[in-house]
Amino acid sequence: MSMDKKTVRKVAGLARIKMDDAELETMAPQLSKIIDWIEQLSEVNTDNVKPLANVVSIDLPLREDKITDGDCADKVLTNAPEEVQNFFVVSKIVE
Amino acid sequence: MAQLTKGKTGEWETVIGMEVHAQVIAESKLFSGASTKFGADPNSQVSLVDAAMPGMLPVLNEHVVEQAIKTGLGINSKVNRTSVFARKNYFYPDLPQGYQISQFDKPIVGEGKIEIDLKDGTVKEIGITRMHLEQDAGKSLHDQHPTKSYVDLNRSGCALMEIVSEPDIRGPEEAAAYISKLRMILRYLGTCDGNMDEGSMRADVNISVRKPGGELGTRAEIKNVNSVKAVQQSIDFEVARQIEILEDGGEIKQETRLWDPDKNETRSMRSKEEAHDYRYFPDPDLLPLELSQEQIDAIKKTLPELPDEKKHRFIGEFGLSAYDASVLIAERSRADYYETVAKDRDAKLAANWVINELLGILNKNDQDILDAPIKAEQLGGLISLISDNTISGKIAKDVFAEMYKTGNDAAAIVEEKGLKQVTDTDAIEAVIDEVIAENPDNVAAYQGGKDKLFGFFVGQVMKKSQGKANPAAVNELLKKKLS
Repeated sequence: MSMDKKTVRKVAGLARIKMDDAELETMAPQLSKIIDWIEQLSEVNTDNVKPLANVVSIDLPLREDKITDGDCADKVLTNAPEEVQNFFVVSKIVE
Repeated sequence: MAQLTKGKTGEWETVIGMEVHAQVIAESKLFSGASTKFGADPNSQVSLVDAAMPGMLPVLNEHVVEQAIKTGLGINSKVNRTSVFARKNYFYPDLPQGYQISQFDKPIVGEGKIEIDLKDGTVKEIGITRMHLEQDAGKSLHDQHPTKSYVDLNRSGCALMEIVSEPDIRGPEEAAAYISKLRMILRYLGTCDGNMDEGSMRADVNISVRKPGGELGTRAEIKNVNSVKAVQQSIDFEVARQIEILEDGGEIKQETRLWDPDKNETRSMRSKEEAHDYRYFPDPDLLPLELSQEQIDAIKKTLPELPDEKKHRFIGEFGLSAYDASVLIAERSRADYYETVAKDRDAKLAANWVINELLGILNKNDQDILDAPIKAEQLGGLISLISDNTISGKIAKDVFAEMYKTGNDAAAIVEEKGLKQVTDTDAIEAVIDEVIAENPDNVAAYQGGKDKLFGFFVGQVMKKSQGKANPAAVNELLKKKLS
């Protein structure tokens, strides 16, 4: 599958990565190659093979419904670009 | 009955499907041990998992899984033995992970249906497409600063059930009945508190219009519809908007629109257009959730009697009208109260007192039945006193008012105030004789054919006896004496 510039621009937009035209030109063939390489997997016949979630047979671990965490606003806010009264403060996002 | 809307070019049919988000009642979040309690200080109920710090792993809350199974069974739906959590990718400041953990092609609950009750007394089935578990996002406040938004992640990671209906709903009344019934079922089950004010139940409404029986039209998705009233108003607005566009030769754009309760209108959310590419994939941090049939069966055994079953039982067992039964089952606490009052007593009389008197005064004072100053047993005591003719229905209303004020038992109030009904014929006759002696003119007029005066005599006798004379006895004796 080949990735054209338009597709790469869309993917970059969805990933919030800013790319200029020159970068898109460089990335498009590179991404195409990666996808082509991965697409080799589709050569394997998987008609009667069930999806495998894990190679060891374990069940999804569950926890009891107890309050064991939280109450650490200072830690949570450590990397906040800006904070006011324990709120994260970001550029206005309004509909 | 499908509700049709008249336009310039004829009638239009409205087609609606709803997605209801219901917060699961649980102490802690879907994948972390932080508290879910409403109204705490900003970011005080956030774990490093909810804040999406690197290396943090989600661990599924066992109780939430049970709550989801319970809900699935309560909405008559298939519980899937295998379900898979998937990542729904998008960027927003109140979503620290950059994705929401949700379920996509393998939800925990599959197809089912619920019954809704319409005003004309008919019952309609609304199909359920699916129900899945997912994380809630945080909350953004936009009105605290001119150029900044404030973000609180307390709600981030709380467990939600998203219940998706089939496009079986045909107008605002059915939509309101659907969300009300869903809310009632969840509250009976104890899986969601249904509190729309606090956002623990929210609806997205998908609306399209078409010529009756024609092909489905393009739909608009209305977000932020957070009360039963808003559901109805937003549908009214959106249907009118779509019909106007179509009749003017335009086309409906498939888009997300926001309901503005202040302006009573929906408006386009342009920013959401691009973001609709969610690139779902199975969450590599979580294995598929496997349930055993034994576990599902065990939970099925714990289900309470649900609203519809209770309604049918009240109609059959107590002889109530469908309307009275539907009022009494609206809340589980209300139905329990009624059953205590009605036990071994006149069930219809009990229903009248609970609905007309008790709920009347509770509504007026904005009180919940759980806080009613008159306990169910006490109201039952009052009903017994009416049934065995100790007091008349009229006196009972005064006793009721006194009970509401003081919280005392009916029998004690009747005793203390000397309100026992006089059924003694001699005593009533004596009062009647007095009334006749005092009103010779009216007696002559009555006997001359003015039948309407009978009521006057009854009134006088009741007044003289301070309302305590048995009305049936008064009627009977008066007729005899006046003839």
